[in-house]
Amino acid sequence: MGHLTVGLDVDWAVRWLTLSAQAMADHRVELIELDRAIGDSDHGENMDRGFKAVMERLADAPPATPGAALKLTAMALMSKVGGAAGPLYGTAFLRASTSLGETTDIDPGALAAAIEAARDGIVARGKAESGDKTMVDAWTPAVDAAAAEAAAGDGDVLKVLLAAAEAAEAGAVATDPLIARKGRASYLGERSAGHRDPGAVSTALILRAAAGAAE
Amino acid sequence: MTVRLVVVSHSEKIAAGAVELAAQMAPDVVILPAGGTDDGRIGTSLEKVMAALEQAAGDDGIVVLTDLGSAVMTAEAAVEFLPDPDSVLLADAPLVEGLVAAAVAAQAGADAAGVKQAAEAVRRAAAAEIPAEAETLGPPDASGDFEVVNQAGMHARPAAKIAGGLSGLEAEVTVNGVDGASMTGLMTLGAGRGSILHVEAWGPDAAKAVKYVGGLVEAGFGEP
Repeated sequence: MGHLTVGLDVDWAVRWLTLSAQAMADHRVELIELDRAIGDSDHGENMDRGFKAVMERLADAPPATPGAALKLTAMALMSKVGGAAGPLYGTAFLRASTSLGETTDIDPGALAAAIEAARDGIVARGKAESGDKTMVDAWTPAVDAAAAEAAAGDGDVLKVLLAAAEAAEAGAVATDPLIARKGRASYLGERSAGHRDPGAVSTALILRAAAGAAE
Repeated sequence: MTVRLVVVSHSEKIAAGAVELAAQMAPDVVILPAGGTDDGRIGTSLEKVMAALEQAAGDDGIVVLTDLGSAVMTAEAAVEFLPDPDSVLLADAPLVEGLVAAAVAAQAGADAAGVKQAAEAVRRAAAAEIPAEAETLGPPDASGDFEVVNQAGMHARPAAKIAGGLSGLEAEVTVNGVDGASMTGLMTLGAGRGSILHVEAWGPDAAKAVKYVGGLVEAGFGEP
């Protein structure tokens, strides 16, 4: 283990979702505090509840393909999160699921395409653009980094996932000085500057979990 | 059968209350609430919305009314999950006024596009009482003057009847200068018993539209 990259199959998808659920539980308070500063302080609570529901459904009906695992995740998040993150992440996982189709072994090209489809779904649903201080500011650098690694790399899916996770983390940090133009934080105007966007942080956590599941 | 309506709100009580209010004016229209989360908190639930959409599925289509931001996103996402997404239209309208206008339009037999239009027209009325087109349309294709004869005059139910019926016709209609397709616009006229309503209409159905409004007004909207 560690040096040998596993294939991205349904077991990887389930590990990814399990690590994501763990990350949401571990960072629940941090996300609540970030959201208290510029939102309505429910992001940590909502994401934790949403991913707990994902874990229950994975246990109830184990999926056969990565795409099926992501579709189940989409349904659970959209039904249990409650706030805006529900339809946004739900649409992301749904579009990624559609992009993967029936694939049982994801290659770098399919992986990069799925990450891009997820981001496009969020943009279509939330109408946010880069620089609006939203989760898009973590997703778009991840899409670009994954595409670059998939095109130029040696076919290693782990490297694509690591590139996406690192870019998302940098993107989340880069939301600090931005003034929010979308979502609840936009009501604060200039006072939203100086705080990190909680949706960008949860995006980075989820993409880091995706890489962790392949290590 | 009529077009059916689904109400998506962050609050279970708002959805249920809005449905109760609209049902009073449109007794034959199926209107289903999808408010709050599965566990009764404030928020929206995809599964609640999907269950309402499945229950409302029919030959005449569904129009969805929503309250705030993520209710719109959840409704859009639910439609994306449906096998036949084209059967559902989302109306961009204030929830309560839009729902009442939509329900009355559905009751009057408007199609899904007409019901959506009736809901969205209430916003137009708030923005501008006189449609901008009226000034550039030239002389009306049909017009008429009608006396209000019912005791209560132009209140919510008559306004909804006029706006609802007109939404199914291909005509631009003004009543004393306000948009005839806008329930709230008509209510602002404050037309009591004895008032004269001047109706002007443009478009292929202009004559039919004037006749429709005149018929309702002169019949006292079916009220004493």
